[in-house]
Amino acid sequence: MTFTTPEIAWAPLAPLMIVLGAAAAAILVESFVRAPERRRAVQLLLSLVALLAAAGTAVVQWATLDGAGTVVLADMVTVDRQALAWQVLILVFGVLGTLLFASRTRAGEEAFTPLGSVAPGSTEETLARRKGFQVTEVFPLALFAVGGMMLFTAVTDLIFLFVALEVFSLPLYILVALARRRRFLSHEGALKYFLLGAFSSAILLFGAAFLYGATGTTAYAGISAGIATAAGVDPLILAGAVMVIVGLLFKIGAVPFHSWTPDAYQGAPTPVTAFMGAATKAAATAALLRVVYEAFYGLEWELSWLIWIVAIASMLLGTVVALVQTDLKRMLAYSSVAHAGFILVAFAGFPDGALSALPFYLASYGLATMGAFAVISQVREKAEDGAVLGEATRLGQWAGLGRRSPLLAGAMALFLLSFAGIPLTAGFIGKFVAFAAAVSEGAWPLVLIAVIASAAAAFFYVRLIVLMFLTDVPEGQEDAVEIEFSPYARIVVLVTAALVILLGIVPGPVLSAFENAGVLLLGAAG
Amino acid sequence: MFPILTVMVALPAVGAAVLWALPSGARERVREIALGITVLELALAVALFVQFDTAAAGDIQFSETYSWIPQIGASWALGVNGIGLLMVVLAAILTPLAVLAGWWEDRDADRRTRYLALILLSEAFMVGIFAARDVFLFYVLFEAMLIPLYFLIGSFGGAQRRYAAVKFLLYSLVGGLIMLAGVVALYFQGPGGDEAFLTDNLTDLSMSTSTERLIFLAFFFAFAIKAPMVPVHTWLPTVAENARPGTTALLVAVLDKIGTFGMLTLCVALFPEAAAWAAPVIIVFAVISVVYGGLLAIGQRNMLRLVSFTSVSHFGIMVLGIFAFTQTSVEGAALYMFNHGLSTGALFFAVGFLIHRRGTADVTEYGGLQRVVPVFAGTFLVIGLSALALPGLSPFISEIMVLVGAFSVAKAAVIVSTFGVVLAALYVLLTYQKVFTGPVPEARASFRELTRRERVVLWPLIALMLVLGFLPGIAIDTLSDPAADIVATVPVEEAGQ
Repeated sequence: MTFTTPEIAWAPLAPLMIVLGAAAAAILVESFVRAPERRRAVQLLLSLVALLAAAGTAVVQWATLDGAGTVVLADMVTVDRQALAWQVLILVFGVLGTLLFASRTRAGEEAFTPLGSVAPGSTEETLARRKGFQVTEVFPLALFAVGGMMLFTAVTDLIFLFVALEVFSLPLYILVALARRRRFLSHEGALKYFLLGAFSSAILLFGAAFLYGATGTTAYAGISAGIATAAGVDPLILAGAVMVIVGLLFKIGAVPFHSWTPDAYQGAPTPVTAFMGAATKAAATAALLRVVYEAFYGLEWELSWLIWIVAIASMLLGTVVALVQTDLKRMLAYSSVAHAGFILVAFAGFPDGALSALPFYLASYGLATMGAFAVISQVREKAEDGAVLGEATRLGQWAGLGRRSPLLAGAMALFLLSFAGIPLTAGFIGKFVAFAAAVSEGAWPLVLIAVIASAAAAFFYVRLIVLMFLTDVPEGQEDAVEIEFSPYARIVVLVTAALVILLGIVPGPVLSAFENAGVLLLGAAG
Repeated sequence: MFPILTVMVALPAVGAAVLWALPSGARERVREIALGITVLELALAVALFVQFDTAAAGDIQFSETYSWIPQIGASWALGVNGIGLLMVVLAAILTPLAVLAGWWEDRDADRRTRYLALILLSEAFMVGIFAARDVFLFYVLFEAMLIPLYFLIGSFGGAQRRYAAVKFLLYSLVGGLIMLAGVVALYFQGPGGDEAFLTDNLTDLSMSTSTERLIFLAFFFAFAIKAPMVPVHTWLPTVAENARPGTTALLVAVLDKIGTFGMLTLCVALFPEAAAWAAPVIIVFAVISVVYGGLLAIGQRNMLRLVSFTSVSHFGIMVLGIFAFTQTSVEGAALYMFNHGLSTGALFFAVGFLIHRRGTADVTEYGGLQRVVPVFAGTFLVIGLSALALPGLSPFISEIMVLVGAFSVAKAAVIVSTFGVVLAALYVLLTYQKVFTGPVPEARASFRELTRRERVVLWPLIALMLVLGFLPGIAIDTLSDPAADIVATVPVEEAGQ
């Protein structure tokens, strides 16, 4: 067997290389810069510069892209406008997430544990905390996750799909486990996320093996050609396609592959939840779009039932279960399940419109998610002696927040209204374009279910608004909640709120940018 | 050309923003500022009315079209025909009165600022909706309007105000989101392009019968909730009971007209065949609303609930007029939308003044006030008589036009609806009797007469009803042509029922 080195066009991969290179450098920084404060500053600066530089490079590439795009790495990776659009989106979430990672409480406490690997409550942990030990490994971990996600949006080969999936999943598993408070919950969430994630990766790999067996290739273009030439429907291809899609649906968090979301969302440090909620969904949606449109498009008839069932189940279950949650983070987790359903609505019938509608939907959803969790990270419980504890995530603790902090409560209300899809917020335009994509292929029954689910979902979003603005602080609880003030978190809240309004009122430029990106470059068959 | 409609939308919206932005120290004069803005808006509305060319009342006038989101075919397109004109004027008349009526409601300047800012914001949305000439814009404003209203109901009002606000929001959202499905579907029936949602581009579409019917139903459902029709009216009494009377006056007198306005200008105009198909069933529900609303009104002890049920009954008459599709009935329905606004607005304001004095809306807590406050009693009686459509007051003309106009096509419906008119006499006069006649309890000897401010709120409305009662032509001139256009689009069917 001879092995030829593939031709690699490095230039189109520049944004990815910047991020991954910075991640590698950040590991060195972690080892060699000893003074904690300086290390923190260096890490933060390095991450932000790398992410912004990558975003800038991606935008320049987008603007100067000649033709539809470039196939790099021997058909395994395709850099086209669609991929660049998603990459910019993920980089924006990365920047906002990094700012949240860097935010600290007034007492200088960060969201992450100093020693992630020791057992909760152990002597080492107490000692480390007492000595003010700090680690800043979240920054390189997040950079690796961002890099993996960026690759995920551009892969056109099943093997690479798996590699990219693991590159961004493994850092996320660790990040989930790093919460400073409620360590057991954090560990539990991370373990569940890891086990189910490993399981789903295995399913995806198994599906890839089936497809390889049936078509003799792992490249999307080859699989597509294999589907076209097969007489009838090859059960091996169909089984493989379903398994690959299931693996991706797990990352999107659609029912019945959603069971990790509430625990991981609740247990993870809130900045990680924000980043994970926004970016993972975007990356997984991008990968699902590409694999479905480039490889499985010929199986539309056979696969649409799967999309319909999963979409309906996600919308209904996500909405109904969110109604009865009493923990804010769990509520938003189930709401994310419902939103996974709305995302899949746009897929129904594989309309062309989904290619430009979904980036916008994920942008609006991701910004609101980032903002909402940034607000959550600022509302803290307070002990009797005045010490500030962890986040106040029980719904009841948010009563009367509108009076304590009109800014935070107002921003939160805005994000909730955007989730609910009320006009003049980004969420409405996102819903509109997603539903329009579905209706264009005649999936109006699905849209009807989606609007009814939206109305029911509005109930639990509104319930929180009622609590914040129309309910008084319970007697004797006046001092039970403390509003933190971290400049970084404030920046994230203000930026996301401004963008949610801006995208709701003048979405035109962004919509046409994504319309521009609504074309996939199909690799050469082979 | 001067973009008067855009200015009329922007003025109260900017006013609301200014009120919010005022620092706490400068909030002493917010009422005067809010009143000034709404009066200015009224002046603009009067200018609009004067400038309006009644000879071409069926055409869209003061038209403005700007590109907004060309990617999805949405434009910022405003313009009014005769019907829209009257609705804009109605909104402009009632908002300053609502500001005046609530003059002493809040002691706290911050709270007062929030209330007035929300009222101004609602006015901006109301004007925008009545002037919208783009279905997407209409929908956006229709849904976004829920937010100020939600806070108006939920933050200011009675004991159950939170429940009322959530109930209102959920009812409206269910209707609105189903309408969203209709809006999306309509897009794909239309011509597409940068101005796909302009109503001009959406009339005379050729769609399959079933598509047209489904989209019609999606729109109609939202409007039926808004113009509370039985059986989706139940949010209104709850809201009326718990919101401030000033809020409810705006809500019922102006905002709920969006329901009937939408039926006229969107449901019937865009989907005439489906409208003709659904008309018999809708008329049945309208008649049920007329009678059921009237019956329930008689049984109410709470005056706010009572007035809200009378409105359910009156909205039934409007819907009957719209879906009878005769020139006279449609004209009458459109005229009634305006007159009912004056009459019900005045009624809610008057009840609000009673409640402000006595602290309760329970009718049994009152009695014998005629001798204590004769002017109040007289004013209340005239307003009440307008609600029961006494000749000489403007609602009479519109009600009679609907009933006469609809008689040729829906005899049974008109005969049953006439009972609604009889019921109106009952509930109005019984209420008057309970509140104002009978012995004077000593505790009430100090009951205050109508103040000058309250007279300024109520008497102009009465004067307007009298003028339009004797000279209805002023309004009808602007309504005949649009009504004729609407009737002409609906395919003629045999006289049924």
